[in-house]
Amino acid sequence: MSSLLSVRDLRVTFPITRAGDMPWTAPRQLRAVNGIDFDLEAGKTLGVVGESGCGKSTLARGLIQMVPASGQVVWRGETDLLSLSRRQMKRYRSEIQMVFQDPLASLNPRMTLGQIIAEPLKTHRSDLSSEERRRRVAAMMERVGLLPQMINRYPHEFSGGQCQRIGIARALVMEPKLLICDEPVSALDVSIQAQVVDLLKDLQRDLGLAMIFIAHDLSVVKHISEEVMVLYLGRVMEKAPKSALFADPQHPYTQALMSAVPIPDPVAERAKKVIALDGDLPSPMAPPSGCVFRTRCPRAQSECAQTVPQPGTDAHRTACLFPGPTKQSELGHEM
Amino acid sequence: MVSTTEQRTATQVGPRKGRSPWADARRRFLRNKAAMGGLILLLFVAAFALFGDVLAQYSNEELDYMVMGQIVELGGPSIASGHYFGTDDLGRDLYARTVQGTQISLAVGVVGALIAVIVGTIYGATAGYVGGRTDSIMMRLVDIFMAVPYMFVLILLLVMYGRSITILFVGVGLISWMEMARIVRGQTLSLKGREFIEAAQATGVAAPVIIARHIVPNLLGVIAVYTTLLVPLMILTESFISFLGLGVQEPMTSLGALISEGAGTIAYGTTWQLGFPLLFFVLTLFGFFFVGDGLRDALDPKDR
Ligand SMILES: Nc1ncnc2c1ncn2[C@@H]1O[C@H](COP(=O)(O)OP(=O)(O)OP(=O)(O)O)[C@@H](O)[C@H]1O
Ligand code: SF4
Ligand SMILES: [Mg+2]
Repeated sequence: MSSLLSVRDLRVTFPITRAGDMPWTAPRQLRAVNGIDFDLEAGKTLGVVGESGCGKSTLARGLIQMVPASGQVVWRGETDLLSLSRRQMKRYRSEIQMVFQDPLASLNPRMTLGQIIAEPLKTHRSDLSSEERRRRVAAMMERVGLLPQMINRYPHEFSGGQCQRIGIARALVMEPKLLICDEPVSALDVSIQAQVVDLLKDLQRDLGLAMIFIAHDLSVVKHISEEVMVLYLGRVMEKAPKSALFADPQHPYTQALMSAVPIPDPVAERAKKVIALDGDLPSPMAPPSGCVFRTRCPRAQSECAQTVPQPGTDAHRTACLFPGPTKQSELGHEM
Repeated sequence: MVSTTEQRTATQVGPRKGRSPWADARRRFLRNKAAMGGLILLLFVAAFALFGDVLAQYSNEELDYMVMGQIVELGGPSIASGHYFGTDDLGRDLYARTVQGTQISLAVGVVGALIAVIVGTIYGATAGYVGGRTDSIMMRLVDIFMAVPYMFVLILLLVMYGRSITILFVGVGLISWMEMARIVRGQTLSLKGREFIEAAQATGVAAPVIIARHIVPNLLGVIAVYTTLLVPLMILTESFISFLGLGVQEPMTSLGALISEGAGTIAYGTTWQLGFPLLFFVLTLFGFFFVGDGLRDALDPKDR
């Protein structure tokens, strides 16, 4: 059986022209997404994790042609989405929907909740009568926990959590096959985060949705994903089924991210050792040679500057020349 | 599964009907005294232009032979003679002429501003939304047009094709759309990066629909403000042209033309010939400026 979504060597490169450049000087290339492979089965969730600026949003945009991308994005084993024209792509936009990071900013302030949720229906199902449209909108609102009398309200009257429910309702009203959630809870209070994640989980189970769930830390992804992919500077560092990744992380970057996740038990939290990531994220316009993580890697050797480690194609794959569990010497000071 | 506290607070907030961003703005506008004063002024001037003829005892063309030749002595403002605002130099009723001039000035201002707004909004929103090379070319064209001394061109047109009010409308409108286009384009660029536009694109909404449904409604505030400030500028432009003697053709007149005539005869002591048109001119300009200012204050605080 072929996967719902099969991504091969996805690349997104932005040409950066600096102010004052002459028209004929070649622009510098910013490789925001640099050769990513993964498969996603129907009804499953892929968690995507990485620091700010590592290319998570660009990956999501590249998949649905919101930015020019190269490589292959094969939908249901038959269509390469990247080879489609704008018009051909329209059909697939109803099957793949997105939920955005900033709940309020992703809603048009001049439209009512009802108009916002109805927009995908208006775009793709102009055959529906307005009653039928209203019925579907109402059903969707109920499904995500919005009260029917809110239908004529405007976004600024709602809390962040409710705005995100509106965003989810808009994304699901077309009954898509794949939902791409770009940090859907990062902007919400911690108490609300769990509610929204639970809602997404419920909806996924009921509707048989596949999801790509983007987050910048591992703790959120842990609750919702079957598989987790860790990105760094536009590349995959490690990708594994969730249990394998959390039980036995192989890549020093994954280990560092994991050690930064707070442990609820205060005693254990105090005893915990963290792997300190030295220095800043290198500029994506001038990534380090060899392994892109080497400038901050506690395990780096001289070889790491020469060879680009490849993640390979295993279920649990690691792009590191020296994979393995954390060594005692890599642990930093006690917190 | 559903959060309950969140919802309860939201249902308590208010009535069933949503409080639209417009309703908030309206409330702020109604509380602004200067703006309301401006609005009342404008309503008064508009009523004067539309219904002032009802009170007039003479038409705007008729020469009053009773006062002719003795304008300074007999042509002054008087209820008894029926010339409420006096007469002009030829013995025509200044009241009727002021009504008519106000009509023309308002029409030039409003029509000119409308042309500017429609053309400028469509042009600017398209350039800003499409972006890239199209945007560069479209805006470079505007730069070039802007470098043309438009007053000179307009005067040339009026001289060549005769003094027609259509040319005046079109000319004045076509001059001012460019500034509008620039403003709208700038605002569109900043809107384009917002997530709700991206959300619409991701769903597959077509570009013209995005411009009409998502961009323009979010610019209406800016457009409304700019329009109310544009109308008096149009009126000023028209007056300037009339002042040069190139505006509307007799017996039609405009406030600018009346002011020009009044200024020419002031030396004979017929101050009313300048005073009344000038009064209406100033009232109109103040009205628009106050309303524009009030609109800006009412629409600004939250959005931008
Ligand atoms: N349209 C663009 N033009 C040029 N560079 C871009 C563009 N969009 C993103 N980038 C660059 O690509 C890199 C990846 O950005 P991206 O938004 O994908 O990161 P992210 O992982 O989503 O970060 P965050 O967690 O902050 O959302 C960044 O260096 C960013 O500056
Ligand atoms: S390849 Fe070298 S630098 Fe890169 S993660 Fe592995 S050990 Fe660190
Ligand atoms: Mg992002």
